[in-house]
Amino acid sequence: MTRENKKIIAFCCAESAYRAADRAGRLRIRYPDNVRVIRIPCAGRVSVLHILKAFEKGAAGVLVMGCQEGACRHLTGNIRAKERVKYAKDLLKEVGINGQRVKMVNFSPDMAQKFAREIEEMAEKIKEE
Amino acid sequence: MGGAKMARPFRETLKTKDFIVTAEAGPGKGSNTEKLVEHVELLKDRVDGLNVTDNQSAVMRYPSLGTCLLIKEHGGEPILQITCRDRNRLAIQADLLFAYSRGINNVLCLTGDAIDTGDHKEAKPVFDLDSVQLIHLVHTLNSGKDMVGNELDGGVDFCIGASATPSADPIEPQLLKFQKKLDAGMDFIQTQAVYDMDELKRFMENFHKMDNIDGVKILAGIVPIWGAKMARYMNENVPGIYVPQYLIDEIDQAPKGTKAAKGIEMAGRLIRQIKEEKICDGVHIMAIGREERVPAILEAAGI
Amino acid sequence: MIIAERKPLEEIRNMLAGYKRILVVGCGTCVTICWAGGEKEVGILSSQLRLASSKDGNELSVMEAVVERQCEKEMVLEELGDKVQEVEAILSMGCGAGVQTMAELFEEKPIFPALNTTFIGMPEKEGLWLEMCGACGDCFLDRTGGICPVVRCAKGLLNGPCGGTRKGGKCEIDPEKDCAWVLIYRRLEKQGRLALMRKYYEPKNYRVVKRPGKIEALEA
Repeated sequence: MTRENKKIIAFCCAESAYRAADRAGRLRIRYPDNVRVIRIPCAGRVSVLHILKAFEKGAAGVLVMGCQEGACRHLTGNIRAKERVKYAKDLLKEVGINGQRVKMVNFSPDMAQKFAREIEEMAEKIKEE
Repeated sequence: MGGAKMARPFRETLKTKDFIVTAEAGPGKGSNTEKLVEHVELLKDRVDGLNVTDNQSAVMRYPSLGTCLLIKEHGGEPILQITCRDRNRLAIQADLLFAYSRGINNVLCLTGDAIDTGDHKEAKPVFDLDSVQLIHLVHTLNSGKDMVGNELDGGVDFCIGASATPSADPIEPQLLKFQKKLDAGMDFIQTQAVYDMDELKRFMENFHKMDNIDGVKILAGIVPIWGAKMARYMNENVPGIYVPQYLIDEIDQAPKGTKAAKGIEMAGRLIRQIKEEKICDGVHIMAIGREERVPAILEAAGI
Repeated sequence: MIIAERKPLEEIRNMLAGYKRILVVGCGTCVTICWAGGEKEVGILSSQLRLASSKDGNELSVMEAVVERQCEKEMVLEELGDKVQEVEAILSMGCGAGVQTMAELFEEKPIFPALNTTFIGMPEKEGLWLEMCGACGDCFLDRTGGICPVVRCAKGLLNGPCGGTRKGGKCEIDPEKDCAWVLIYRRLEKQGRLALMRKYYEPKNYRVVKRPGKIEALEA
């Protein structure tokens, strides 16, 4: 896989991050285009296996984007996601993949700038290695 | 045995002496027994019995049985410490037969510190027996039979000791186990280190209320303190030992260079109080590597 | 139930060195419940193996399967059937009994254990399992208020606590763990059955289960 088409998978909670992504689009905020946004009902839907599979299929970075802590519509989905991301980091390290290539981020629906910034940061990170 | 004079059998001492003193000889790591022999020579005539630890703190060392033989050869009265940690019931019985055949007639029955506390943490812990079962086993051997009822060709007659922990928290489960030891039949008890005399008195009150205590001698454990750091370390890391703050302060305030003398004085004072107030029947001094200071402690205690 | 833990990936990869087609087999019973070798864990380990070998530039084909109970020959055969023929080696995510059941069934294939079987226990809370039984074959729980000193006491003592009990009734080897005999004391005290703790218990009969263990029973 060449440097240019290194993919980032962003699992985005429909309640927050997905709306932030949508808003970023409407406001025409620029961010790297090698990201593939996947809409999920809640960050808690993402399992460790989803993260590993993303890497297996060629992703170079994975972002799990959920609601702010305390604001999860399903109460603890974002907390669970945080723990799973931590677990996934360890599993990736075991394989020899930098644990920083997976990250949990918390959003409110209006954080369009932050969405763009997180994608940019991850794009930079995967470029470095 | 080099014509060394015979020491008085410990069992006789227990029956006749008013205040009994035993000390501990801790073997080192290696086959060099020079220092050990030095300690034995120094202590054998000043105490009524010399305990030898059995891979103390689960750290592999020169054996208890071998050291007891050395003591015997040098004319002392050895007390063989046996733990359940490193030997199963066959090995324990065989070691006891061997010990008795070589004139080692006293045995202290212990559970043994956990493997995890020592230097061979990956070893398989045995604990085929526990300390109460070990006491029963020695009685069985004393009766001329092995554990499964076979007659022994040449019996044994051990004087049997065990330990107790006056500072345990909670104390009740310990007392129930202590009662089981007494029920099995004890000649003597050597306690874990005690510093708080009120605590020792409470323990003795409990003891006097227990069953099967006739003729059982209680020797209070004395572990001298050589510095505040050591005392704090023991409080934090050695279960069943509690050094009160006023004793820590006392050793802490002693000027540098006088700590050893202070430690000797403090240990001597505890022993003197136990003796004068007749709190129990004697003391067991565990100087842990500082055996050469035991004579001075005894002098400080007026013994 | 039987509790197990997965071995480190490096150890597993060392076992599999040289094999190009493997089958990872989980078990749907105990090790599923303790998050060690169920469907999810089979997926995770398989994914890790693929990622690691592609990173090293090696080709590794990993097939996945889960048997409802890996220690039952019929269930193993039914689930795996022909899959075994397609691979060079099998990686079992079952307990030690599961590994050996498959080893017997597929004698011509090397079988490797991906788990360390650790103990018989119960879930205390989500993600935490505690050892409860040592399968000693001579149950002692009637005398101890339903708390097993054989495995919950670090020394397996039968006649009460050792002198190593820490302040507050904690274990000599771990201040985080309770002394089993202090727990037993409290339980029996609550039940008014402390007399049981005064009784002497003989050395344990270690011949009850003649190793290797074998039990034959009549069908009711």
